[in-house]
Amino acid sequence: MIPGNFAYHRPADVAAAARLLQEHGDEAQLLAGGHSLIPMMKLRMAQPSHLIDLQDIAGLKGISRDGARLVIGAMTTQHELIGDALVAAAVPLLREAALQIADPQVRYVGTIGGNVANGDPGNDMPGVMQCLDASFELTGPGGTREVAARAFYEAAFTTARAEDEILTRIIVPIPKPGSGYAYLKQKRKIGDYATAAAAVLLAVESGRCTSAAIAMTNLAATPVFTEAAGAALVGTTLDEAAVGAAVAAMLAAIDPATDNRGPVEFKKHVAGLMLRRAIAEAAGRAGRGTA
Amino acid sequence: MDKLHVKLQVNGKPVEALVEPRLLLIHFLREELGLTGPHIGCETSHCGACTVDIGGRSVKSCTVFTAQANGAEITTIEGIEGADGGLHALQEMFREHHGLQCGFCTPGMITRAWRLLEENPDPSEAEIRQGMAGNLCRCTGYQNIVKAIRAAADARQAQQEAAE
Ligand SMILES: Cc1cc2nc3c(=O)[nH]c(=O)nc-3n(C[C@H](O)[C@H](O)[C@H](O)COP(=O)(O)OP(=O)(O)OC[C@H]3O[C@@H](n4cnc5c(N)ncnc54)[C@H](O)[C@@H]3O)c2cc1C
Ligand code: FES
Ligand code: FES
Repeated sequence: MIPGNFAYHRPADVAAAARLLQEHGDEAQLLAGGHSLIPMMKLRMAQPSHLIDLQDIAGLKGISRDGARLVIGAMTTQHELIGDALVAAAVPLLREAALQIADPQVRYVGTIGGNVANGDPGNDMPGVMQCLDASFELTGPGGTREVAARAFYEAAFTTARAEDEILTRIIVPIPKPGSGYAYLKQKRKIGDYATAAAAVLLAVESGRCTSAAIAMTNLAATPVFTEAAGAALVGTTLDEAAVGAAVAAMLAAIDPATDNRGPVEFKKHVAGLMLRRAIAEAAGRAGRGTA
Repeated sequence: MDKLHVKLQVNGKPVEALVEPRLLLIHFLREELGLTGPHIGCETSHCGACTVDIGGRSVKSCTVFTAQANGAEITTIEGIEGADGGLHALQEMFREHHGLQCGFCTPGMITRAWRLLEENPDPSEAEIRQGMAGNLCRCTGYQNIVKAIRAAADARQAQQEAAE
C-alpha cells in the first residue's frame, strides 16, 4: 500500500502554512498526526500533490486557561491531552473521551485538531466538542473566525472550514464546578471506531437537573447534537420517565446506516444503551466536584 | 517529484539519505537501512508489528512518512539491549516466560513495552494491557506477554537497586 507522490512542506509558522495552502489550493492538504490522512492516502482515497506538515509550528501546541475557557492548540496530541493536569481538573470529559480513542500508538501522534477537522463521523472528539459547546478557531487569508462545533459539521468529510483555512485552536467553555459528565462508547475491540457513543454533560441542583447537553457519535453522517434530548432531562429528577424521553428524542435525531458494525436496529439499540448509561454515570458524578 | 534530503538518528547513529516524500518510514528502515526487525503485519495501522520509537513515542512506522521523521531520534528493536550489550530485561523475560510463539509480533511488542516501562516503571496488569493495546498477537493469547513485561519491570527494578 504505497501512497501517491507529493511535495512535502514543513512551514515554521501559521502564516507560512496559510500561504502554502493558498498557493496550492485543492492540490494541497494539511498534515497533522497523519493517522487519518495517511491511511486514506495508502488507499488512494486521498491523493494530495502537496502535504503541508504542521509539526514545526510551535504556536499550534499547548493547552492553557483563559478565564472560563480552556484553549487547546490544534497540534496537541491525544496523548498530551490525557496527561494534562489542567484538562483533567477543568474538563475531565475530554480526558475520558481521549482515552477511548484508538490505541496508545495512535494517541501519541493523533492530534485533537486533526480529529475535529477530519469530518469523519467515526471520530470521537466532534460529538464531545458539540456536547461541551466548544468552538473552533479558523485562520485564513481573511483573518481569524470562530465557528461553533454545533454548526461546523455539514456532511461526512464536509465541514464549515474553507479550503484555505487552518484550524488553529479549540476553545472549550469550562463546565460549572460539580457538573456531571460521561463519554460512553461501544466498540468491537480496542482501536475501533464507535458502534455508538454518547457524550453527556449535566448539572444537578437540589436533586433536579438544571442543564443537560447530549451529543452522539457515529450514528449519522455528522455528529448529532440533540437539543431535544437534553431538554427532556432539564427540570426533572432524572427519573426513568425523563431518561426514556431523552432516549426517544435522541433516537429521533440520529440516522445510522447498516455497515459492518451492524444493522440499523442494532445501532439504535446500542445508542439507547450508551445514552442511558452515560446519563446515569453523569448523574452519579454531578455535585461531587468532579468537573 | 523532488527527493528530500533527510537526516536522522537511528539507534544512536546519524543517518542521511535522499528519499521520495511518500516513502513510509517502515520501508526506509527495512529496505534502505536493512533494519528488518520492525515488521509489516497489516499495513493498515492496526497491528503494531511495525512499532518503532520516535523521539520518545511509540509509533506505527507504516503510518509515518520518513519526511515527517526528519530530524528525529529513532529506536528500533535492533537498538534495544541490556546495559552490558546483551539482552535487555524485556528480551530476557519474553524468552523466559514464553512471551512469543511465531515471533512475528515480538519486535513491535518489545519496542512498545520498552517505552511503556520508561514512562511507567511499575505498571499494574491493567496498565500493561492498556499500554499494549496497540499491538496484536495472533499466537500467544497475550497472557505470557503481560507476564513477561511485568517480570521485566521487576528485573529492571532489581538491577537499579543493585546499582545503588
Ligand atoms: C488504528 C486506528 C484507530 C483509530 N481509532 C479512532 C477512534 O476510535 N476514534 C477517533 O476519533 N479516531 C480514531 N482514529 C483516528 C485518529 O484519532 C486520528 O489521529 C485523527 O482522526 C486525526 O488526527 P491526525 O492528527 O492524525 O490528523 P491527520 O490525519 O493528519 O489529518 C486528518 C484530516 O484533518 C485535516 N487537518 C489536520 N489538522 C488540521 C488543522 N489544524 N486544520 C485544518 N485541517 C486539519 C487534514 O488535512 C486531514 O484532512 C484511529 C486511527 C487509527 C489509525
Ligand atoms: S504494519 Fe503497521 S500497524 Fe500493522
Ligand atoms: S507470537 Fe505469533 S503473532 Fe505474536
